[in-house]
Amino acid sequence: MQVYLPIAELSLDVFVLLGLGGVIGLLSGIFGVGGGFLMTPLLIFIGVPPAVAVATQANQVVASSVSGVLAHWRRGNVDLRMGLVLLAGGFAGSTAGVSLFSLLRQLGQIDLVINLSYVVFLGTIGVLMVMEGARALLRRRRAGPRRKLHQHTWIHGLPLKVRFRKSRLYISALVPLSIGFGVGVLSAIMGVGGGFILVPAMIYLLGMPTIVVIGTSLFQIIFVAANVTFWQATQNQTVDVVLAIILLAGAVIGAQFGTRLGSRLPSDALRLLLGLIVIVVCGRLFFELIAEPIDIYSMSIR
Amino acid sequence: MRRARIIGAVAAGLAAGLLTLSALQVARVAFAAPLVADISDHLVAITTGFAGTDVLLFGAVEEKGDVVVMVRGPREAITMYRKSRVAGIWINTASMTFEQVPSFYAIAASAPLEDIAGESLRRRHELGVEYALPSLPLAKASRNIAREWKAALLRNLQRQALYPRQVGRVNFLGNQLFRTRLFFPANVPTGNYQVETYFIRDQRVIGAQTTPLAVSKLGMEADIFDFAHHYAPYYGLIAVAVALVAGWIAHAVFRRG
Repeated sequence: MQVYLPIAELSLDVFVLLGLGGVIGLLSGIFGVGGGFLMTPLLIFIGVPPAVAVATQANQVVASSVSGVLAHWRRGNVDLRMGLVLLAGGFAGSTAGVSLFSLLRQLGQIDLVINLSYVVFLGTIGVLMVMEGARALLRRRRAGPRRKLHQHTWIHGLPLKVRFRKSRLYISALVPLSIGFGVGVLSAIMGVGGGFILVPAMIYLLGMPTIVVIGTSLFQIIFVAANVTFWQATQNQTVDVVLAIILLAGAVIGAQFGTRLGSRLPSDALRLLLGLIVIVVCGRLFFELIAEPIDIYSMSIR
Repeated sequence: MRRARIIGAVAAGLAAGLLTLSALQVARVAFAAPLVADISDHLVAITTGFAGTDVLLFGAVEEKGDVVVMVRGPREAITMYRKSRVAGIWINTASMTFEQVPSFYAIAASAPLEDIAGESLRRRHELGVEYALPSLPLAKASRNIAREWKAALLRNLQRQALYPRQVGRVNFLGNQLFRTRLFFPANVPTGNYQVETYFIRDQRVIGAQTTPLAVSKLGMEADIFDFAHHYAPYYGLIAVAVALVAGWIAHAVFRRG
């Protein structure tokens, strides 16, 4: 059954979209990630204009983060102070990011930049995941030495130190502020919640305990994604609410099965598997960049 | 006697018949156009399930000749990009904007266009894609380069089915009635279209008629699109609100499950 998407201005099969949402929901249920970083490339593969895919995905991220954060909030896994500092940076970053997006769109380079950022980030994350997964699989057999909670680096010499009680950290507010800004810019350009960048950054750069990382990142992602949705809608008119709702419906159902499936499967093997999926998607995008196009000329109406 | 009366009556009848006939003839010459055409629907409505549609054009001509039907969409500026390889990656490195390009163009004829009309006639009435597209001004590109860009524009428009590759058929039923199907694909641009019907004989346009046709989004889709463009900030706020509510509902469903 074809459904006409009013903002994307094309008809797509509603079951394909539900299925896509379902697969992403399944993955996010299994792996506990947002899945936005896979959804946007897949939307582009099925013909949704990249600008619409990115903006709509931001809208969908709002919904999926809300349902995620509520569960974490109840368990007390949200560091509100850290979340607010990240958020301040995120708001500034995403607002600047949408303006950059509009500028690139006028220059006719937005598709390239979206594609390129995905290749770089998916490639990096995918390789890291595969390495971590493989190392963890090996480590289970031979127990290695325990790592320190976090290492002290130049980061800890910066001014404006603030105590983050829940994260058991005493660091400069400039660090989470600038991380928030960077992720904000990326979430505007790539339409992702930024969880797949924010989570590693919080663990490795800030040294936050893993238990509060997910809840806190989801907390700040809601507001950043909402900010992106608002500015994309205002400046570029590229948010397709109909598409977002269909994808979300599929994702909710998929996540139901995903969570049950995920608890039965070994987590290290899962991480390895997700890493491989990410690398495949990245490879496909990279191929599009380097393969000779069917026609070196392309057009854009308006 | 009787014979003479009969002959008289017949003559009178004949005369009356002839009179009416000639009156009709006069009326025809004075009022009837050599060409009459209309379309089955003056509105192509883009609704939820829209996957393209056919519109029937039908009409009649006075005498033997050929009919050409041309559909043109609203004119728009189209920006073309050309990619080239930079450090192994294909990047848009040049762009060119064509002004006043018909956003949709389809043509149908009762015989091959070349047989119906000579080049000058086709050029004058833009019969055929090669005449429908504007060329770049010489200030923007030299003749050879301009030709390349124009060919690329046509190729892209054809690939997106906005300029059907084939010339459609206008079918005659007898010598006077004709009909043809005009197809509008799923991605047809919205706006006011012109359907032009030409009646051509001996390389001359004997009759022409323009019928307007509107392509517009209807129903919920149209409302969403209009709202998103006219009240963008409010649309953004509503999109966020919808997502928040949807996320909360999803959470509620999760907890029960």
